[in-house]
This record gives sequence, C-alpha cells and structure tokens, in this order.
Amino acid sequence: MQRTRRNRLITVAFLFAGATLTVGLLLLAANENLNLFYPPEKVVNGEAPTGTGIRAGGMVVEGSVQRTGDDLDVEFVLTDYQGSDFTVVYSGILPDLFREGQGVLVQGQLDASRVFRAEQVLAKHDESYMPPELADLDLDRGSAP
Amino acid sequence: MRLKEFWHRLGSPRWFYQMSGPWQLGFTVAAGVLLLVGIIWGVAFAPPDYQQGNSFRIMYVHVPTAILAQSVYMVLGAAGVLLLVWRMKLADMVLQTMVPFGLAMTALALFTGAVWGRPTWGTWWVFDGRTTSTLVMLFLYFGLYALRQAIPRPEAAGRACALLAIVGTINIPIIKYSVEWWTTLHQGATFKLTEAPAMPIEMWAPLLVNVIGIYCLFGANLIANLRNEILRREQATKWVRELVARPLT
Repeated sequence: MQRTRRNRLITVAFLFAGATLTVGLLLLAANENLNLFYPPEKVVNGEAPTGTGIRAGGMVVEGSVQRTGDDLDVEFVLTDYQGSDFTVVYSGILPDLFREGQGVLVQGQLDASRVFRAEQVLAKHDESYMPPELADLDLDRGSAP
Repeated sequence: MRLKEFWHRLGSPRWFYQMSGPWQLGFTVAAGVLLLVGIIWGVAFAPPDYQQGNSFRIMYVHVPTAILAQSVYMVLGAAGVLLLVWRMKLADMVLQTMVPFGLAMTALALFTGAVWGRPTWGTWWVFDGRTTSTLVMLFLYFGLYALRQAIPRPEAAGRACALLAIVGTINIPIIKYSVEWWTTLHQGATFKLTEAPAMPIEMWAPLLVNVIGIYCLFGANLIANLRNEILRREQATKWVRELVARPLT
C-alpha cells in the first residue's frame, strides 16, 4: 500500500476510534438514564424514586387484575417472577394486548406506600409470534416464568 | 490475483458502466418478483398472530425496511472509507446517490413502527433506546443530504460527507444492541444469526422472502443510480459522448 494511502487509513482509523471512545464513554455515563423503565426489583428495593414521574415494567400476575365498580378503575400486580412484585392502580382504557401473564409498562408515580399510580399503561410484547390454533394447543404459554 | 484486478477495475467508472447493465436488470426483476410474492404471501396467506391478530402483518414491511435502513448506512460508511483513503470515484457516487434511498427506508421503518405501536403497545411513539437511536439515524441521513448541498465544491462536499458517514456508523451497533443493553419497549430482534426465529415457518418464510427482495431492490437502485451518475459526471469524456451519439438499436 502506498505511503500516502496508509497514512490516510491510519488517520481515518484514529478518528473513528476517538469518536467511538467518546460515544462509548457518554453512553456509559448515561447508562442508568437510558433505561426506559424500572424493573420490579428496583421498585421494591427502593431504587425507584417516589413522588416523581417514572416508568416501571413487569409481568401482570395471573388473577391479580381487579376492577372496582363500573368505572374504569383497575388494580393489578406486576412481577418479575423472582420474588419482587408491586401493585399498580390505574384509571383508563387498557391497551388491547393487556392481559394476565403479559408484560406491560406503566408510566406514573410511586406513592409513599410504594403503590404505583399509573397515568398510562403500555403493552410490551416479545419477538415470538404464533398462529391462534397453535396457541390453543399450548395454553400455559406465558404464564410460566 | 483476480481480486486485485477487480479492485483496480472498480476505480474505473467506465468499466463499471459497461459491465453493470445486465446486473441492473437481474436485480430489478428479482426484486419485483420477490417483493410481490413476499407481500402477497405475508398479507393474505400467513396466519394471524394469536395475540396481535392481523396487525402483526406490519412486520412484513417494518422488518425489511428497518434492516435496510441500517445496511444502507453501513454501505455509506464503507464508501466513506474508500473515498477518504483510496479516493475512489465510484465511492463518492455511492455516498451521494444512496442517501435518499436510506432516508426513505429509515422513514418507512419509523412510520410502520408507529402504526404498529399504536394497536400493540398503545402508543405511537416512546423514547426508548431502539426508537431514539433509529431517529438519530434519520437525522444522520438528513445531515448527509444537507451537507452535500451546503458545500459548493464537489470534492470538499464528498470528503465532508465521507467523514460524517464514517462517524455515524457508531450508531449502528447502538441500534442493534439497544434492546439488549437497556430496558426498552421495543422487542428483541426478529432474525438472529444464532438461533431460529421464534415463530413457525409459515410466518417467517414470507418475511425472509421480503428481506431478500428488498436487498435486491437496494442492488437495483444502487446500480441504476451509479450508472446515471457516471454518465452525468463523465459527460465530457470521449466514451460517454460516443455512447450518447450512437443511435439506439
């Protein structure tokens, strides 16, 4: 390789390495803030702040969804299936994919008693897809940890 | 030895113009057939999802365009290195003409993602790792387009764009691994190199056809753009003037 080309290649490589390092350090410094939501463990052990707008996520515990009266108020428990779970209260329309055993994301505030008062509920789904007839054969899918 | 020869020939726009005609036709036909088959198969014949119903079919457009948005950017980054280090003319043409295609793919991926997000997540948009880094890529494409227009001298514009393209490739691994590094609302990758897709074959086969089809579309678009740009830039040369003067047979 010609000397001038080699020098240009080295310059480009250094530039790229420098830029990568900069972005890498920035991402490392901001790491905690780049997470979209707090997992149940952090809500339970107190890492998630109370009284300020946050997002939290988890799986809806089977049988935990309770509707009070005939309004839109609903209460459910989110879990990571590893011993951490917390209660969410919400008033509004739930997304179509909201169901027990399904992952959801809630946006709102934790009150002093660590109950999550949600203003918005979003459904999270994974990258697995299935035709309905297969899903019927495999009924306990999603309820297992 | 043959590889070295090919490498040197790539430096010649004239050679590329003369050999690429059949390739353009081949890619165009393949793209047309594959995309037609893939989309009809995916939209009309693939089974609906047990939870999402029919809205999951947006995947057949969303996944291919999102893959291409990143692939095109990687091509632009590679072209940037070729231009800065080897001063290859074709690389500068790639860097100039493929920006609109990449921009279109990114915009389409973001748009279909929003349309898919509304019925499944319950929101059009959320600033999580995957969506935000893809939005950054959209702005990088806009930047590449604007930078080219902003610098009047073509050579200087090419080098500035090459630099931006190279630095911008840092964003690609961030897009790819965002769903693993951080908690996001976006789900994980549909196609992984290490394991089979988490869906039955009658659902992922049309998707694979579409992905291959859109790569062919990219190939056809790349060659067509390069051939146009070669004629435009080399219009003063003897071979182009002879080519243009020759009556169409």
